[in-house]
Amino acid sequence: MSEHVGVLTVSEFRDGSLQPVSFELLNVGRKLADKLGKLADKLGAKLMTVLIGYKVKEHAMELIYRGADEVYVLDDKRFKDFIAETYANAIVHVIKNVKPEIVVASATTTGRTVMPKVAAMLRTGLTADCTSLDIDPEDKMLVQIRPAIGGNVMATIKTPRHRPQMATLRPKIYREAERDTSRSGKIIEVKPPEHIFETRVKVLGFRRDLSQEIDIEKADIVVAGGKGLKKKENFDLIFELAKVLGGAVGASRAAVDHGWIPYSHQIGLSGKTVSPRLYIAVGISGAIQHLAGMKTSETVVAINNDPDAPIFKVCDFGIVGDLFEILPILMEKLKRLKEGKA
Amino acid sequence: MAQLKIIVLMKQVPDPNVEVEIDEKTGVIKREKVEAVVNPLDLHALEEALRIKEKYGAHVTVISMGPPMAEAVLREAIALGADRAILLSDRALAGSDTLATSYALSKAIEKVGEYDLILCGLKATDGETGQVGPEISSFLGIPVLTYISKLELKDSRTIVAERIVEGGYQIVEASLPAIVTVVREINEPRLPTLRGKIKAKSAEIETWTVADIGVDPRNVGLEGSPTRVVKVYSAKIARRGRIVGGEDPEKAVDELIKFLMERGLI
Repeated sequence: MSEHVGVLTVSEFRDGSLQPVSFELLNVGRKLADKLGKLADKLGAKLMTVLIGYKVKEHAMELIYRGADEVYVLDDKRFKDFIAETYANAIVHVIKNVKPEIVVASATTTGRTVMPKVAAMLRTGLTADCTSLDIDPEDKMLVQIRPAIGGNVMATIKTPRHRPQMATLRPKIYREAERDTSRSGKIIEVKPPEHIFETRVKVLGFRRDLSQEIDIEKADIVVAGGKGLKKKENFDLIFELAKVLGGAVGASRAAVDHGWIPYSHQIGLSGKTVSPRLYIAVGISGAIQHLAGMKTSETVVAINNDPDAPIFKVCDFGIVGDLFEILPILMEKLKRLKEGKA
Repeated sequence: MAQLKIIVLMKQVPDPNVEVEIDEKTGVIKREKVEAVVNPLDLHALEEALRIKEKYGAHVTVISMGPPMAEAVLREAIALGADRAILLSDRALAGSDTLATSYALSKAIEKVGEYDLILCGLKATDGETGQVGPEISSFLGIPVLTYISKLELKDSRTIVAERIVEGGYQIVEASLPAIVTVVREINEPRLPTLRGKIKAKSAEIETWTVADIGVDPRNVGLEGSPTRVVKVYSAKIARRGRIVGGEDPEKAVDELIKFLMERGLI
């Protein structure tokens, strides 16, 4: 165990660019590495990242600017598309060589697919979808915090005897690491052994999903609807309000389960995480399941007819009332306001 | 086409529509009042297996790991049309994390023997980890396709599937055997028929222990789990917001608009 040192993050590269989650990982990774370093009486432990893809080499420096001390680059045409097996093989190859104490990846579809494969190959633990990571100053172990039991409770998890300690981190909880072009570090090109590419999976193509005009994860304003809307037709109210405000449409799990809106709009533990400037929750009670996906929003507005709904405990402004009365008036006034400004 | 052999993994979970409470003093979850149901996504996995069976002919084995009461999941699977049901149940398995669970399930799958396709839900509503499918794929050394919203047999040895990922759908092909984790878009699960229900009542449910699957008890359960839950607590997220009544909707909306303008949001 003692031979394992430092923190390794798994960077993500897609559509010709580094994904922002890579910088979120470097932010949290830097904090963990610095804490580990202090506990060991050093300036900081090493922060490493692995970058896998095709034509990714020229992006390695950016990862150093964002806090990495070492970037392990696996650049090969056969990494152009994500295939769980080849990516897992590549990550395992790097982990076996650099022996990190901690490995953190993002809880994207990629991270949540490849990391369990890596964990099983290394016979170590993996904590899914963490919302917070820290170092315990006493035992120097990775403290992994995640929602559990459908998001109703939070659990603190440790990996006492197996190394590396591994976790996937929920996107958009930590900010992206600051860019500092004065930073320096090492870029190590790894030539992957041929067996890494052995797979029975072939990627045939990619179809863009045009159903989401505004990406809710990047939207400044999100209007979300829940069970309180009562039926599918009423969900139009949410679309209308979102349109008036120039925002994106979100939904609670209940609304998605009822088939009122596709899963791609679901916000919460089992859906997407958003942190817009303004989040308006309409007819959403605010189960922890949902709160986990929107609690980092800057301003939260809630409209619900149940005064005891938990959403009111996490909002900045709440109206206890009938949404079917309130929304039409709100839209009317907002429209008038807009016209007045124009 | 030779008859396909399909294995479906199903889990019993506390009813996800009931909010679980936690005893603040002891940190223990109050589970007793919550009804146990089949993990919803696993019903989609079974449905997909049954559709393949109807279209091409297949033998469908369902495996569930859990306490003796998880037998209910398997009876439901038989009622829906599964051919064989296996309950992997042993006190030694209690407290298994995803790695230990995946290890035990892969040993059970190996004992079943021949298989072409393994199906399961993307994740269970209780743990919400989604790790068991990919971990099993590593233990068995077979490809894994996750987040699958569409699945087709290209021929008896090849599947073509669509993965729902960030920004769209990745279209993939894999040669069998493979393990596939499904999302709810893949299909609409059927309801059991009366005939199915009657059949399920008297159906044989095989029960396997860790000894039956050749697993050392030290490699499963709490002892065989690398991760440890060291603390569980209620998730309290608080903001002190202003709450207004909606008896006068006009007034409430005016106050909201004023608030949004003050914050520069509109």
